[in-house]
Amino acid sequence: MNILPYGDRAVLIDCESLAEARGWYAALADQVDEAVLGARTVLLRGAPADLRSLIGQASPRPIDTADAPLVEIPVVYDGQDLAEVADLTGLTTTDVIAAHTGTDWTAAFGGFAPGFNYLVGGDPRLQVPRRRVPRTSVPAGAVGLAGEFSGVYPRPSPGGWQLIGHTDLVLWDVDRDPPALLSPGTRVRFIEAGR
Amino acid sequence: MSLLVERVELLATVQDLGRPGLGHLGVSPSGAFDRPALRQANALVGNHASAAGIECLRGGLQLHTSADHLIAVTGAVADLTIDDRSVEQGRALHLPSGSRLRVGVPAHGLRTYLAVSGGVTVDPVLGSRSTDTLAILGPDRLTPGTELPVGPPIGEGAELDLPWAPRLGETTVEVVLGPRDSYLTGDALRRLLGEPWTVTGQCDRIGLRLSGPTLERAITTEVPSEPCVRGSIQITSDGTPIVFGPDHPVTGGYPVVAVVIDAHTDRLAQLGPGDTVRFTRA
Repeated sequence: MNILPYGDRAVLIDCESLAEARGWYAALADQVDEAVLGARTVLLRGAPADLRSLIGQASPRPIDTADAPLVEIPVVYDGQDLAEVADLTGLTTTDVIAAHTGTDWTAAFGGFAPGFNYLVGGDPRLQVPRRRVPRTSVPAGAVGLAGEFSGVYPRPSPGGWQLIGHTDLVLWDVDRDPPALLSPGTRVRFIEAGR
Repeated sequence: MSLLVERVELLATVQDLGRPGLGHLGVSPSGAFDRPALRQANALVGNHASAAGIECLRGGLQLHTSADHLIAVTGAVADLTIDDRSVEQGRALHLPSGSRLRVGVPAHGLRTYLAVSGGVTVDPVLGSRSTDTLAILGPDRLTPGTELPVGPPIGEGAELDLPWAPRLGETTVEVVLGPRDSYLTGDALRRLLGEPWTVTGQCDRIGLRLSGPTLERAITTEVPSEPCVRGSIQITSDGTPIVFGPDHPVTGGYPVVAVVIDAHTDRLAQLGPGDTVRFTRA
């Protein structure tokens, strides 16, 4: 782990892995002005000297995945890219669905849009590139794959992920507390919804 | 009590000091780009610093009121009239019932701020009344016909001796190198800090894309997505710097090679296409 400078109001903890970054996030998030997870990093906001001394006295908290909250997401696997994903992975569409539902995912970090989470830890056979040309409009609830990640679009937006299905669950609602259905650490289980 | 928007030229939004601390939800702080200008306007009309006002890009704003209000206009200096009578920026002004305020196009600078005694009291979203133009959070951008509710006045206008106006000519901002300065060659880093950078037409509340010498990358792969802040300077894969504003994405995949010190990020608010900026080490 390295502590890297990040302007005059933050520092960045640079880790070897997402798991290590999550451990630091769990240890420090409630002791700083703001903590934001990246794929291998944790941004901590505050006075850099204070943050460095805080980090020096702390250690990453072991993450017990089994303790994390579990959200089940029912998905209708009717995405426009389902056949394409089957081609790219050498699986049948039935296998793609079985792979996507067969392994629990974990919300790793956010970005892109409020309530969006990059989900990791799924079946490694599902790694596919982003679409060469992003769609100008992807509907809210669309379930996609890109690289090692899966994700659910919280609201209509442009997007380059391979779409394999959709859910009716609301991922983001500012009138709900918390507004985001998923946040870093949440376990996610996709379930094939009845058609 | 309300203000009626009659005309908007480019973009006018409600802004306060934003919604910091929600990065874990995928929400950036947003808020006024030029915070000292909004603070000054609020102080002039006796508001708390956290009251919401209007941030207006390149003037062209026209408001009508059907109640008496105390207002102040700060930031980029523009011709200001109340019922066609010229009035001064940077001081408390009485906007009488039935009158019309016009904000002209600023000769220098980009963003003009208007505070009204009592503050603009649209419903807050996640603790702030700011419009986040990237996350699409908070009130809609102002359009003709928007009726902005105004709260009860809470204090007297204060006389301030804090002249603030965008500087003319080149703007310099201080940066802290890192976290990913190693992604640039030593030569490219020297250019980043030594050469003037021109703001391109791609500049908004999300970020300012700059043009200048091409910066050669020492490491050409991207970084696994990392958190960003207001003031992060990303280098895209073609060697172009983008410096982030208040509505920046929460995470990004281009390396951040330097970060503008927080107090200098407000200066970026007043830079438009063709303006130049220099980065210097803090």
